[in-house]
Amino acid sequence: MTHHSRWRTAVGVVLTAMMLFPVYWMVNVSFTKTSDMRADPPHWFPWDPTFEGYQAVFRQQLPALGTSLIIGLGTVVLTVLIAAPAGYSLAKLRPRGAGTLNFVLLVVQMIPAVVMAMGFYAIYLKAGLLNTVWGLIVADSTVAVPFGVLLFTAFMSGIPNELMQAARIDGAGTWRVFRSIVMPISRNSAITVSLFAFLWAWSDFIFASTLNRNGALIPITLGIYKYIGNNTTEWNSIMATAVIASIPAAILLVVAQRYVAAGVVAGAIKD
Amino acid sequence: MESLTTTVGTTRRTAGATRTGAPAVRPDRRPAASTRWAAFAFIAPLIAYLLVFYAYPLYRNIDLSLHDYTPRAFVQGNAAWVGLKNYTDIVASTTFSKAALNTAAFVLISIVFQYAIGLALAVFFRTSFRLNGVLRGMFLVPWLLPLIVSGSSWAWMLNSDNGIVNSVLRTFGVTPINWLTSPHWVLWSVIIANIWLGIPFNLVILYSGLQNIPGELYEAAALDGANGRQQFRRITFPLLRPVSAVTILLGLIYTLKVVDIIWIMTKGGPGDASTTFATWSYREAFGTGQPDFSPAAAVGNLLIVIALVFGFVYLHLQRRQES
Repeated sequence: MTHHSRWRTAVGVVLTAMMLFPVYWMVNVSFTKTSDMRADPPHWFPWDPTFEGYQAVFRQQLPALGTSLIIGLGTVVLTVLIAAPAGYSLAKLRPRGAGTLNFVLLVVQMIPAVVMAMGFYAIYLKAGLLNTVWGLIVADSTVAVPFGVLLFTAFMSGIPNELMQAARIDGAGTWRVFRSIVMPISRNSAITVSLFAFLWAWSDFIFASTLNRNGALIPITLGIYKYIGNNTTEWNSIMATAVIASIPAAILLVVAQRYVAAGVVAGAIKD
Repeated sequence: MESLTTTVGTTRRTAGATRTGAPAVRPDRRPAASTRWAAFAFIAPLIAYLLVFYAYPLYRNIDLSLHDYTPRAFVQGNAAWVGLKNYTDIVASTTFSKAALNTAAFVLISIVFQYAIGLALAVFFRTSFRLNGVLRGMFLVPWLLPLIVSGSSWAWMLNSDNGIVNSVLRTFGVTPINWLTSPHWVLWSVIIANIWLGIPFNLVILYSGLQNIPGELYEAAALDGANGRQQFRRITFPLLRPVSAVTILLGLIYTLKVVDIIWIMTKGGPGDASTTFATWSYREAFGTGQPDFSPAAAVGNLLIVIALVFGFVYLHLQRRQES
């Protein structure tokens, strides 16, 4: 039994290593000297690492990282502000047309981002919102809001009605119940929604490359894209930027796995 | 990355069903007027949001596809009405059949391999062993990385002269392949990268589906002398069928929309060799110095129709599973 289990662990490690090879390669290249970049066979491990790439990131990409951070946080705030009250209403207040709205929320998730980008472009051009951080926050939030509403609704449906009724008997209004009882209980859902809203906004390429092409403040994804277009020889700098841009994903994986699990399980109780 | 949206959306429906099935506290009485107002007040921001940031962009998109918007007309707002001409133009265009074939190949091949590999991994991770949870967590990495990151990493790995893939091929005496520049191979390159991206999504859903198959079934089968392969064919695969259907349909809808990875790796080229409907639309509108929004919008709307067809099949399936 133990022998069998150890054998499986070994296979699992090998499979994971294969799966993560492109990620390893990105890190490896980020430390490779420009002069070694075209070595054949390539260097499998950066024995003689260079930090040129990372220095270039801090020289050139800090504003882009800051912009992405602002866009990510802005998207989180907008998403939670819209999605949490809506989730509460759909879960507990039984508004008219709730069924239709749920249906709409599922359907809008099927709309390709490129189509939304064109619509937003046409609107932003007239409204003067092209190349603005606000414009990107709004566009990025369209990915997260339907997800957020569905997740909040799923979780809040599970909150016992007795809890809210007790507060009502004590004289609390709907807003008070929402703020003092429902939101604190839904903390994990709020964290899950926030994390994913942040990650999607941080990772967005389509909206950034269409609505913010000539902006003074470009997000990091566009920073990498322009890098690739400009100097294809300095792959260590490109990959160093890519490594830095992956940090939020890494944090999410390490710190927040249980929140993700909590959020998914809230909606996934199948029995 | 959007896949998770739909995953949780899926599971939520199940939760919703449970909710409506459970007896409400006040089953018959209609909610008081004040509650009705509160219900509306809490949902109103979402409705306004959906109207302004979903319905309006979609309306603008349809409007774009029915006019002839040149960049100048775009600013001045006096584009000529052309009816369905943009649609007939794109269907008649030489890119159309190529893009249709590429889209079909990209979606179908991606889905088949993502599903097969995802299922194999889910079955593998089903048994408990040391590091199981950690390794399963690591498998999520491709899903969480920004696409520009994975795209550039793959592009450099597949580089003709300096890429690691060709270097390994040379070691084994295989002639190097121009992965990103040869019209014969370029579609395969983006498909390979896309399969890699989709494995975590398939693994996560199928793994959670496996958790719902009672362990006693396997124990009973093992007692009856069924080997691993028979157990898979008689228990795992049939009982997983509903989850599989949902996974595949969501994968279809998601893969149809893919722009980033193809655009970052190949820009749909060389020529139209790796152009799909989604990248075609992107290229017409934003990919060249000469933005051509009207045909781009027409292609985009065509894509919505295709996505919605699969979307409604998916919703239908969900509903049938609930009842």
